[in-house]
Amino acid sequence: MDLAYDYATLRLIWWGLMGVLLIGFALTDGWDLGVAAMLPFVGKTDVERRMVINAIGPTWEGNQVWFILGGGAIFAAWPFVYAVSFSGFYLAMFVVLASLILRPVGFKYRSKKPDPAWRTRWDWALFIGGFVPSLVFGVAVGNVLQGVPFRLDGNLRAFYEGSFFGLFTPFSLLCGLLSVAMVVLHGAAFLSVRIERGPVHDRARRFGTWAALASLVLFALGWAYVAWGGIGFRITGAIDPVGASNPLRTTSVREAGAWLANYRAYPWMMIAPALGFLGAALALLGIRAKWEVPAFAGSALSAFGIIATVGLSMFPYILPSSVDANSSLTVWNASSSQRTLFIMVVVTVIFLPLVLAYTAWVYKVLWGRVTTEDVGRNPHFY
Amino acid sequence: MDPGVVDLSRLQFALTALYHFLFVPLTLGLSFLLVIMESIYVMTGRPIWRTITQFWGVIFGINFVLGVATGLTMEFQFGTNWSYFSHYVGDIFGAPLAIEGLMAFFLEATFVGLMFFGWERLSKLGHLFATFMVALGTNLSALWILIANGWMQNPVGAVFNPETMRMEVNDFAAVLFNPIAQAKFVHTVSAGYVIASVLVLGISALYLLRGQWVGFARRSMTVAAAFGLASSLSVVVLGDESGYALTDNQKMKLAAIEAAWHTEAAPAGLTLFGLPNSTTRETEYAVNIPWVLGVIATRSLDKEVTGMSELVLLAQERIESGREAFGAVEALKANPNDPAAREAFARHGRDLGYGLLLTRYVADPRNATPEQIQRAAWDTVPNVPLMFWSFRIMASIGFAMIALFSTAFLLCSLRKFDQRWFLRLAVIAIPLPWIATELGWVIAEMGRQPWAIEGVLPTFLGASSLSRTELWLTLAGFTLVYGVLAVIEVGLIVRTVKKGPFAGHEDPNPAPGALPATPAMVG
Repeated sequence: MDLAYDYATLRLIWWGLMGVLLIGFALTDGWDLGVAAMLPFVGKTDVERRMVINAIGPTWEGNQVWFILGGGAIFAAWPFVYAVSFSGFYLAMFVVLASLILRPVGFKYRSKKPDPAWRTRWDWALFIGGFVPSLVFGVAVGNVLQGVPFRLDGNLRAFYEGSFFGLFTPFSLLCGLLSVAMVVLHGAAFLSVRIERGPVHDRARRFGTWAALASLVLFALGWAYVAWGGIGFRITGAIDPVGASNPLRTTSVREAGAWLANYRAYPWMMIAPALGFLGAALALLGIRAKWEVPAFAGSALSAFGIIATVGLSMFPYILPSSVDANSSLTVWNASSSQRTLFIMVVVTVIFLPLVLAYTAWVYKVLWGRVTTEDVGRNPHFY
Repeated sequence: MDPGVVDLSRLQFALTALYHFLFVPLTLGLSFLLVIMESIYVMTGRPIWRTITQFWGVIFGINFVLGVATGLTMEFQFGTNWSYFSHYVGDIFGAPLAIEGLMAFFLEATFVGLMFFGWERLSKLGHLFATFMVALGTNLSALWILIANGWMQNPVGAVFNPETMRMEVNDFAAVLFNPIAQAKFVHTVSAGYVIASVLVLGISALYLLRGQWVGFARRSMTVAAAFGLASSLSVVVLGDESGYALTDNQKMKLAAIEAAWHTEAAPAGLTLFGLPNSTTRETEYAVNIPWVLGVIATRSLDKEVTGMSELVLLAQERIESGREAFGAVEALKANPNDPAAREAFARHGRDLGYGLLLTRYVADPRNATPEQIQRAAWDTVPNVPLMFWSFRIMASIGFAMIALFSTAFLLCSLRKFDQRWFLRLAVIAIPLPWIATELGWVIAEMGRQPWAIEGVLPTFLGASSLSRTELWLTLAGFTLVYGVLAVIEVGLIVRTVKKGPFAGHEDPNPAPGALPATPAMVG
C-alpha cells in the first residue's frame, strides 16, 4: 500500500500516542482523581469541601475525556490489546467503571440539596470515584508488568485463565499504591495553586508531602522488583516490524531482568525513571518551600517519568502473557492495519492540537484561586 | 461458546445501551434548544430569556451527567463483553469511536464546564459560543457513534484478512459515507430533538395549568412547539429514508417488520395490524393496505418486496458458499500461500460470515448436515412479532408527535395558551417519545440478529470467554448502580421543576391570576 509512512513507523507512532494519551489522562484527570480521593479529608466543613470541588468542577469533565479517548484509541489502533485486556480484567473493569460513574453525578448532584447527610454521602461517593480507579489502574499496570494469564487460540480468540483476586499480588498492590500516591501528589499540587491559602491549602500540602515521599519510596521499590524480582519477557525468534498483526507469529520467553534490556541497549532511556524520581523530589521540595508552581511541575514530571518508565521497560511488549508467552501482544504484532493506523494519525494530527488549544483557552477563562467568598457568592458553583 | 454467557452479555449490553439512551437524546435536543433560547437572549437582551436558558440548562445538566456516566460503560463494554467482536472488527469499528472522543466528546465536555461556570466570565456572545460548542459536540458525537452502528448494519469498505483473522478496512470513505449511517444519524438526532421539545412543552404546559410562571412557560412553549414540529416531521420523513435504505441492505429486517413471510406481487401491501406467528410462519388476522409498502420500500410500483421465506433460501445458498470460505480460511491458516485456497477464498470469502452461522451447530461447518444448514438459514430471521409490534408502536408515536406539535404550533401562533385539554395532553405526552426511541433501538439491533455485524460476524461468536458468574455479578452491579441513579435523577428533576425557574427570586413577570379566568396574555 502506498501510504506516507511505512507500517513499522506507524506502529511506533501509535505506541507513542498511546503513551501520550495515558500521560495526558494522568496529568489532567490525575489531579481530579487525586483531589476527589482527598476530598473528605482536606475539607472539614461544607464550605471547605465546596471550595475543593469547585477548584476542579468546571474542568474535570473535559479531563475525563482522556480516559474515554484512551479506550477508543486503543480500540482503533491496538484492537488486540482492547479485546484481551478489558475482557481479561473483567471484574476489575467493572469496579473501575462503577466507581468512575459516581464522579459526574457526584459533582453535579451534591449541591442540589442542602441536606448535610445527602452531601456527605456524595463526598464519600466522590472519594470512591477518585481512590478506587487510581488503585485499580496501578494494580492493572503491575499485572501487565508481571504478565497476564491469557492465551490465544488459532482463531485469535482470547481465553483468560486468571481470577479477580489473582490480580492482587504484592507487586501489583505496590503499583496500585504508587498510582494512588502519584495522583494524590498531583491533586495536592494542583489544589495548592488553585485555591486560596488557608486551612484547606495547608492540609493539601500535608497530603502532598506524604504522597511525594510515598511516590519516591514506592517507585524505588517497584524499580527494584522490576530489576531483580524475576519478571520480564524477551522475543526469541525473528521480529517482523511490518508483518501482519498476528500475535501467534512471534515467539517469546519469560526471562528474569529482561525489562532492563532496553536501558542497557539505550542508556538515554534512563531519563524516564530519573524524571520519576527527580520530579517527585522537586514536588516535595516545592511543597515544603511553598513554591507552588515548581511543586506542580514536579508532580507532573514525576507522573510523566513513572508512566514512561513502564512503557520503555516493556517495549516492544504491550501485554505479555504469563501462561503462554507466545500469545504475548507487542508493538509489532497487535496493531490495526496500516491503513487504519495512518488514517488515525491524520485525524490525531488535525484534532489533538485543536483540543489542546481550546482546552487551554477554557482554563484561561476559568483560572483564578477559588476562595471561600466565591463559594458563598457564585450561584453557578457546585 | 457458552450460550448462557452470550445471552447474559446480550442482556447486559441491551440494558446498559437502552439505559444510556434514556439520557442521550435529551442531551442532543436540549443542547440545541438552549442555543436557540440563548440566541434570543443575546439578540433581545431581555433577562427573561437568560432565566429561560439557565432553567432549562439546570435540567440539561442533571440529565447530561448521567449520559456521560453511562457512556463510560459503553466505551469499554465492547472490550469487556464482546472481546472477539472487538478483535474481529476493531480495525474498522474502533476508528469512529476514537474519532468521536477526539473530535466530539472533548468539545462537548470541555465547553460544558464553561457553559455552567462561565456566565460571569464571558461576554453574552462568548457564552453563547460555549453553549453552541456543547450542542455541536453532542451532535457530532452522535454522528460518529452512528457511523459505527451503521457499519454494523451495512459493513461496507472492509474485507476479511485470513492472515490476521479479522476484517480490515479497505475503503474508509465508504465507512464514513455509508448511506445507512447518514440516514440513521438524521433520524436519531431528530428523535432527540423531539424528546427535548416534548419535555420543554410538557413542563411548560404543567406551569400553565397551574398558573405558575406564565411568562416563562409561554415563551418556552413557543420555542418547543416550533422546534418540535420541525423535528417530528424530520423524524418521520427521515425514518422513511432509513426504511428505503433498508431495502438494499437489510431486506430481512424489513420483511420481519412487515411480517412478510412470502414475497407477494408488486406493489406489496402494508400490513397495518395482525398477529405474526413464528411457528406457522403466517400472520393471523392481518389488516392490509394495498400498495403502500411497495411504494415506500422500493419507491416504485413494479419492484417486489422480498419475503422472509425467499430470503431464507438466499441465506441457504450463502451458507453453502460460506462453508467453502471457511475451508479456504482453514487451509490458508496452515499455508498462507496455498494457491487453491486463495482462489477459493476470492470466490467465497464474502460469505464467510454465513458459514460461521453453522458453528452454532457443528464445530466445523464443512461437516454440517442439510438439516443444520436449513436451521442456520432460518436463524437469519429475527424475532418477527417483536419487530412487527415495536415498529408499529414507534411509528404511531411518531405520527402522534407530529399531531401534538402541529397543534402546539397552531395554538402558540394564535397565542391561545389557555386550552386546558391541550395542556393536559402535552403533560401526558412526555414519556411517549422515550418509548419510541427505545423501541427504535430494539428494531435496529434485534432486527439485525443473528448478526453482530450483518452478514459478517454472528452475535454468538462475538462474546468474550467469560463465566456466567462474572456476568451475573456485573449485571446485578449495573442494575443496582443504574437503578439508584435513576431514582435520584428523576427526583432531582422533579425537585427542580417544582422549585421553578425563579427559585429564590421574584418572578418579574407574574401570572395575572388563575389561567381560565384571563384572556391569553401576549408573551
